Amino acid sequence: MNSLLRGKVWCLDDQVDTDQLIAGKYLTIIDPNELRKHVMEDLLPEFSKKAQPGDIIVAGENFGCGSSREHAPAALAAIGLGAVVANSFARIFYRNCINLGLAAIEVPDIRSHFRAGDIAEIHLSEGYVKNVTQGKEARFPPLPTHILEILDAGGLVNKVRKELGTA
Amino acid sequence: MSGQTLAQKILERASGHAGPRPGEIVVGKVDLAMGHEQGAQAIAPFLQMGAPRVWDPDRVVIAIDHWVPASTEGAAKLHQMLRHFSAEYHLPHFYDVGNHGICHQMLAENGWVVPGDLAVGTDSHTNMLGAMGAFAVGIGPTEFAAVLATGKIWLKVPSSIKINLKGTLGKGVYAKDIVLKVLSQVKTDGARYKALEYHGSTAEGLSMSERFTLSNMTTEMGAKAGMFLPDATTNEYLRSIAKHESHPLLPDADATYEKEYSFDMNGMEPQVACPHSPDNVRPISEVVKEHVKVDQVFLGSCTNARMDDLREAAGIFRGHKVAPGVRFIVSPASTQIYNQCLKEGLIELFTQGGAVFTNSSCSACFGGNMGIIAPDEVCASTSNRNFPGRMGSTKGKIYLMSPAAVALTAIRGEISDPREVL
Repeated sequence: MNSLLRGKVWCLDDQVDTDQLIAGKYLTIIDPNELRKHVMEDLLPEFSKKAQPGDIIVAGENFGCGSSREHAPAALAAIGLGAVVANSFARIFYRNCINLGLAAIEVPDIRSHFRAGDIAEIHLSEGYVKNVTQGKEARFPPLPTHILEILDAGGLVNKVRKELGTA
Repeated sequence: MSGQTLAQKILERASGHAGPRPGEIVVGKVDLAMGHEQGAQAIAPFLQMGAPRVWDPDRVVIAIDHWVPASTEGAAKLHQMLRHFSAEYHLPHFYDVGNHGICHQMLAENGWVVPGDLAVGTDSHTNMLGAMGAFAVGIGPTEFAAVLATGKIWLKVPSSIKINLKGTLGKGVYAKDIVLKVLSQVKTDGARYKALEYHGSTAEGLSMSERFTLSNMTTEMGAKAGMFLPDATTNEYLRSIAKHESHPLLPDADATYEKEYSFDMNGMEPQVACPHSPDNVRPISEVVKEHVKVDQVFLGSCTNARMDDLREAAGIFRGHKVAPGVRFIVSPASTQIYNQCLKEGLIELFTQGGAVFTNSSCSACFGGNMGIIAPDEVCASTSNRNFPGRMGSTKGKIYLMSPAAVALTAIRGEISDPREVL
């Protein structure tokens, strides 16, 4: 994975749970390209129509809390988001993002550095998030090697393929 | 080196990595892997991974529960995928329609998780099995696929929080009230990435069913695992049902906890989690004063639909009717519990009072199957989450409380304090 990411920012506030990302009524849908049409249907209706590959979500505290549904990060990954950055993440959501190859980066207080529509630049291995529009920068500790390996492989499926020798 | 927490002890055993420290990533051997409907999403990645077989079919349980029997074509397809997959990969432990129940309850009452285990499941409330003294953790379908392929999972060793519980529960105060009280302090993100251990005389005195309720809602605190220390109560529960040998572990007396909380149960009143967060907890006496009218009452979910819950609610509901204009939905946590209710006459007791007694499933808890609420409706529920839209309309309101409290609420049509009738 390219360790330098740049994209337009969508902002979300604190405690956005997975029910708000993908409502329970869509949980029988498996196809991520179908799911992406319903992302944040009530919370941010224009997102599913206007979000572009490479866009970046900047969220507040405990992003992705609630149900463990992988539908939520799968739908975000299907849009081709560059990364999700948050003040903090819910645990399973964070793991699901990483395992699907979607970079999830925790940076305390990052939400206050961004407004919707700003341009963000993220360097995964150097560990910084820049708000290019406002000229601000925040740093984060580089991701552990194990996590970078999963992201580099493009997700857990490819990592296991390598391990099993089926790649 | 200072002592280890229960999480460290179990992950040390699972990974073979001596003295794992919080923050370290270890790769652990899984003792039990459970998949529910979300497990169907693991099939495609499993096939892509190219594993020739499932690592250990005797360590894999499939338990469908969200839409049982299937209520939509989409759900029917998920069930079909799981049936085909289980047949093709020789997975014998499939709890299918007719022998079904909420996945965590099926693991519990069939002895699939024992002390010292590292257990994973595709549902966020897999934490419930931490009551066995196991490290039980919810995972996503892609990592479930990796577990099916390899029997292993990467985990960041969590730091731990110690919850000390002392004192005696008063009349009308239950395990649900304890966990809501804990949530009121720890909050929905206070245990994020962390493991939680319940200690103290109150914890030791709880039944397994009550421990399940407390471990279950550590998920709402963001916890990776919520554990009790295995003891005689655990052993007695598992005595005739354990599916594999237990290897009980206990935290060291000098283990390091990131944080400790203490709660005194003496004099604590019933608690209610008000809309729209499980940590928005208030004493029931305050809520009762506001005369909160309800449209629906739900007695069910993996949190609170075991025999003790249903008996307690039945004791209050006996001889009464559901208030006019109110729907009362009762859904037992497993078919075994359903059958026991049948034997004890509880089904008739509820239905003659105007309640709906459904087959076992997640039912109204998650807003995707039955018992869905409309805009502006209010539901009193024994389940575990009350986020906007959790049970249907995002304009609905959900109050979480104990089985006894919802039973009286169903009779009176407004949120009520069970102590008034006990």
